[in-house]
Amino acid sequence: MNWGSWLLWGFVSTVVLTLIIAGSQGLGMTRMSMSYLLGTIFTPNRDRAKLIGILVHFVNGWLFSLIYVAAFHVWEMATWWLGALTGLVHALFVLTVAMPALPSMHPRMANEQYGPTVVRQLEPPGFMALHYGIQTPVSVVIAHLVFGAILGAFYSLP
Amino acid sequence: VLLDRELGGSWSISPTATRRIERRYIDRTNVLTTQFHTATGVALLTDFMPAASEKEKRARIWPEHELVRRVKCEEGEVDLQSYFNSRPDYGRARTALCDRGKLGLRIELGPVLLTLQSDVGMVILPQGGASATVKLSAGESIDFSLSYSTEGPAVLPPLGELISDKLALTVDWWQRWADQTTYKGEFQDQAVRSALALKLMSYAPSGAVVAAPTTSLPERLGGDLNWDYRYCWLRDAALTARALFGLGFDDEACAFVSWTLHATRLTRPKLQVLYDVYGRSRGQETELSHFRGYADSRPVRVGNHAGVQFQLDVYGEVVEAVAHFVRSGRELDRETQRMLRHFGEYVCSNWHKPESGIWESRGPGQHYTHSRLMCWVALDRLIELHRQGRIHRIPVERFLQSRDQIRADIEARGWNADLHSYTQVLGGNTLDASVLLMPAHGYNDASSERMQLAHARIRERLSPAPGLLYRKEQSLTMREGAFGICGFWDVDFLARGGGTLEHSRRAFTQAIAYANDLGLFAEEIDPESGEALGNFPQAFTHVELINAALSLAEREEREWSNHSHAQWPRAPEREREHILPERRV
Repeated sequence: MNWGSWLLWGFVSTVVLTLIIAGSQGLGMTRMSMSYLLGTIFTPNRDRAKLIGILVHFVNGWLFSLIYVAAFHVWEMATWWLGALTGLVHALFVLTVAMPALPSMHPRMANEQYGPTVVRQLEPPGFMALHYGIQTPVSVVIAHLVFGAILGAFYSLP
Repeated sequence: VLLDRELGGSWSISPTATRRIERRYIDRTNVLTTQFHTATGVALLTDFMPAASEKEKRARIWPEHELVRRVKCEEGEVDLQSYFNSRPDYGRARTALCDRGKLGLRIELGPVLLTLQSDVGMVILPQGGASATVKLSAGESIDFSLSYSTEGPAVLPPLGELISDKLALTVDWWQRWADQTTYKGEFQDQAVRSALALKLMSYAPSGAVVAAPTTSLPERLGGDLNWDYRYCWLRDAALTARALFGLGFDDEACAFVSWTLHATRLTRPKLQVLYDVYGRSRGQETELSHFRGYADSRPVRVGNHAGVQFQLDVYGEVVEAVAHFVRSGRELDRETQRMLRHFGEYVCSNWHKPESGIWESRGPGQHYTHSRLMCWVALDRLIELHRQGRIHRIPVERFLQSRDQIRADIEARGWNADLHSYTQVLGGNTLDASVLLMPAHGYNDASSERMQLAHARIRERLSPAPGLLYRKEQSLTMREGAFGICGFWDVDFLARGGGTLEHSRRAFTQAIAYANDLGLFAEEIDPESGEALGNFPQAFTHVELINAALSLAEREEREWSNHSHAQWPRAPEREREHILPERRV
């Protein structure tokens, strides 16, 4: 395990992934704000939630990159396309499994069956996070493809 | 729906048959209530946009923007219907309502999500929009919430108990805000209502105040005097700053002056006539040919061509607004001082040029008396600020010389000896109500011979009815209405010494009689019917209502003071509090 390389490229790939998702929101492709989505797990305060959400997102990115790196070690090779392929699987898992399950994990997220309550007022993402905009899956897939490609291309196996 | 009954969007909640409607705001708030009287009962509709303190906002989740509507049956039974049809992009966007069950009706407009929730099932109509009908008995109520989100996950506020909480918080927030006023004069209700209207027309993140929240409500029914007022005019700066500081809304006043300085920084020393709420200068004007217009008044315009005009009065407006800022005890940083110095130098070099004037005439430029006045104001205030040590390193001699030249020009060519009045343009023979602002800007005394003669002539030619003034003589041929602001300029002139206190009070009472049932004014008033004309509500009219009320209070204070020194014992403090505005040091 090349810890230095993981720390560096895990950070860089997370920065790029964050930029792509935030950029997609700025360009109107999606309404999804990862920082707000994650931050509201901890606080209802919109401004504070975004700050906390960014920190949580970075920690998540680093942790997930560890899984990518572990896979590279198992395969004994790290290439951009292998990383991108892993990113694609990661993105599909996030969109089809994690996002629809979010209402049961997020303390402030409403449920589609029961609607919003005083505590749970956030709109659930729905299948493929389509509630946050029709192009949300596209932006999530692209962001994870790039995330994986950077890790695969630059992580150096010892 | 105001601009086109078929293509425009709307959201109505009302009984199926109404005999009488009464509207009012909950005291000192922007929470609107509408009482519907029907043959079978009475229903009360309450409309508000939730407002809360920063502490409250931190404590719970709030939608980015929300409009809440609660309707309650107060007596008997009432059959109600609600119809919602959002027509974004001026009716051109092809969007569809989507029913998400418990999560409400949704409409996606690119990066924006509108969500409509209600206690009753809204049925999506094949021709567009959604509707619901419901029968309410005494004591029953239903809630609606329309929220606007640009960020996912959107906040979908639940109805019921939370709406009651929000209503209580909103009423409390507005009443606390309104109670900040230091003005305690006899027209406090009208002044505070105007301040509340201005607050709704201000953009909180920047402090900008738009001229009106509407476009193309006609100044002449069926005519083409239809303009987009959803911008911020520098022309309004000085009077707006005086009104906000005068009422004691210092935070809003400082934010407004800061926005003015920020917006003008981008184009200095040249100033645009108008900016958007972000401080961007956009003058492109387009016509929405697919809209019929209000009462067939075409064209409907978006954007305002006045943005690219050359107007010299704005320099005086900005400098005067800064002078109000300084008088409130604030300091100017070096960058602002430098900017003001550049404005002064620009005025010295350009005051003699023809331009479009306060009324934004679209023809060739002219030498407007009011613009000369405002150039004089710019230099006079800069010299005043320099003498007070608030602004340094200005070319005093140059400013003094130009200021005196401008005054000489106004007195020589702006005064028409045959007409016995100051005129609209130098060397002209038509009248303009804007010359009534001369005393307000400290140019001359309202009781001076020239001002008295000019006022008499203006009233004679420009007043179609007590409390009303046309802005200029051409208004009669243009068949436009009387300008709301000009009626209050008249009051201000009288209160500053142009008339007696009683004259001033009477003029104010006559002018405010033209407000609608909620105390709001449009830009103009039809002298025959008393109906509102033009964009609505109009910030400039409300700003000057406040300034006229402040001038009246100052006049009362002077008269109290004179009487108490001359013959009367000083009035008890408690009695005086009802009349006098408190002054902040």
